[in-house]
Amino acid sequence: MALLEIKNLEVQFPLGRKTLQAIHGLSFDLDKGERLGIVGESGAGKSVAAFSILKLIARPGRISGGEVIFDGQDLALLSQEEMRHIRGNRISMIFQDPMMTLNPVLTVGTQMTECLKAHRDISDSDAKRIAIDKLAEVKIPSPQERFGNYPHQLSGGMRQRVVIAIALLTDPAVIIADEPTTALDVTIQAEIMGLMLDLCRDHGVALMLITHDLAVVSQVTQKICVLYAGRLAEQGPTRTLIAAPKHPYTRGLVKALPQQNVPGTRLYQIPGSMPTLDDVPPGCAFNPRCSFADDRCRREVPEPRQIGTHLVACHHAETVAAA
Amino acid sequence: MNKIRLFLGSDFIYRFRQDRAAQGSFTLFVLFVLFAFAAPLISPFDPYDRLQIDLMDSELPPLWQGENADARFLLGTDAQGRDMLSTILYGTRISLIIGFCAVGLQIFLGVSIGLISGYVGGRIDSFFMRLADIQLSLSTLMIAIIASAVFKASFGSEIYGDMAILVLVLVIGIAEWPQYARTVRASVLAERSKEYVDAARVIGLPRWRIMFRHVLPNTLSPILVISTVQIANAIISEAALSFLGLGMPVNKPSLGSLISSGFEFIFSGSWWITVIPSLVLVVLILSINLLGDWLRDVLNPRLYKD
Repeated sequence: MALLEIKNLEVQFPLGRKTLQAIHGLSFDLDKGERLGIVGESGAGKSVAAFSILKLIARPGRISGGEVIFDGQDLALLSQEEMRHIRGNRISMIFQDPMMTLNPVLTVGTQMTECLKAHRDISDSDAKRIAIDKLAEVKIPSPQERFGNYPHQLSGGMRQRVVIAIALLTDPAVIIADEPTTALDVTIQAEIMGLMLDLCRDHGVALMLITHDLAVVSQVTQKICVLYAGRLAEQGPTRTLIAAPKHPYTRGLVKALPQQNVPGTRLYQIPGSMPTLDDVPPGCAFNPRCSFADDRCRREVPEPRQIGTHLVACHHAETVAAA
Repeated sequence: MNKIRLFLGSDFIYRFRQDRAAQGSFTLFVLFVLFAFAAPLISPFDPYDRLQIDLMDSELPPLWQGENADARFLLGTDAQGRDMLSTILYGTRISLIIGFCAVGLQIFLGVSIGLISGYVGGRIDSFFMRLADIQLSLSTLMIAIIASAVFKASFGSEIYGDMAILVLVLVIGIAEWPQYARTVRASVLAERSKEYVDAARVIGLPRWRIMFRHVLPNTLSPILVISTVQIANAIISEAALSFLGLGMPVNKPSLGSLISSGFEFIFSGSWWITVIPSLVLVVLILSINLLGDWLRDVLNPRLYKD
């Protein structure tokens, strides 16, 4: 059985008279130690999916259907107090911007030990020892000193290492990383990604990597889930999904990678932009931007179908794969 | 030791060294506090001790006023023959105690209410903020007058005399909490939407811990800045109440009641009973306000001029 199983997740935001649906019947699962990439444009529902797993969707959003089964229990049914013992303990999360996620007025050490003490009954000195161990593990030089530093005394890459160390403190089963490297420059990006990959492997932690960067995802994950306008577009093993996409949207994303381009020619881009939640066209949400679209696409919402190792939500998946 | 060295090397101290007005007002304020709290040790007489007061010494002018002046009384005496210097020292002490304690109470009430309102939001927020609106629509002095009048009427002047400090602290403290509640709530609203709060929630910290350990310290600088103004205001409120006869009793005068007690003699020539404590009050308030101004400039990086 999978460690984390999302089944038909529905997330709604009731706004006055209207109700916006941010996520429609999303399903995926994550095994122990597995690394899954969630890919999509801004607004596709990646972060909402992540926050709904932790039951931290901003009000007035709520999980309106489906199940989030973690370790045999449905998180969607737990109370906030019960969830508190899961968050940061069994499931950790890493955010995009390390400048923002650390509290500016507390030392690194305080922020680490208080996380440990929130979940374990341990003494200050034990907490400090574990925290320093973890700082060393994320390859922070002289962790003893850094323990007493304030976030503003550290560089961006250092801070993201601290954030990763905090996420690893309680030896969680799953880490959700929401664009962990977007705010960092490219060289640091590679370092941090490499570090996360090593740590997840060494500790057998499952990683859910949320990003819009296919290049990053393809290097780190084993499985990819592509979201579009709150629905699953395509899901499959990383290698075949990048090499042989079966959904026109995934195809567009892969074609838009600079590596796929002949130098000197204009970079490919998917025409148009993703619809906002209150303006999703009938039928397949991608149809206005899709070169394969026909009347059926404008009428019927495609259900995800199993084609080979992929799960594809497209009426023309076979044609796309062949094209 | 390390912390002290860090503090001495900080920007805060650097800017303090650069600013003459800040140094001057800080020195004045510290002197006031020192002299006031050392009053029992340094003042030549004990104004609370009736045995030391001689009615024959009443209304003696300050030393430099020549003729009738008595060498024992540097600043002269009041209508009851108390040494003005001693009485002012003791009075300043009472004024400062009331100022600090009342502001302490305001901070306690206002910060907790503001923090809860801002962080929890919803109905609790609306309830407290409407309460604050209602309270702000009544002037502080009005609430204070009503409260101390009721207290005086129900317990009698005798008990009131003994409990005056406590009553004034309560009245001024409770009357001004909305100042803090509003300021804190506004900063909490701004802080709450920052990512470190999400991060703290993701770590699984309990709500009260996020509120008090993570959000509160980030709202401290506005609290610090309005505190200076509030201390000055509290001292003024106390002086005003005492002047109106609703504050400290005459046998335990604060600066306000001293000013008021000399008021009837001001035209009969004994101006010092009113003027000297008034000057002390003005300088005290001025030094606190200047210090507050400086603090606001330093703690708000957007106001950095040079």
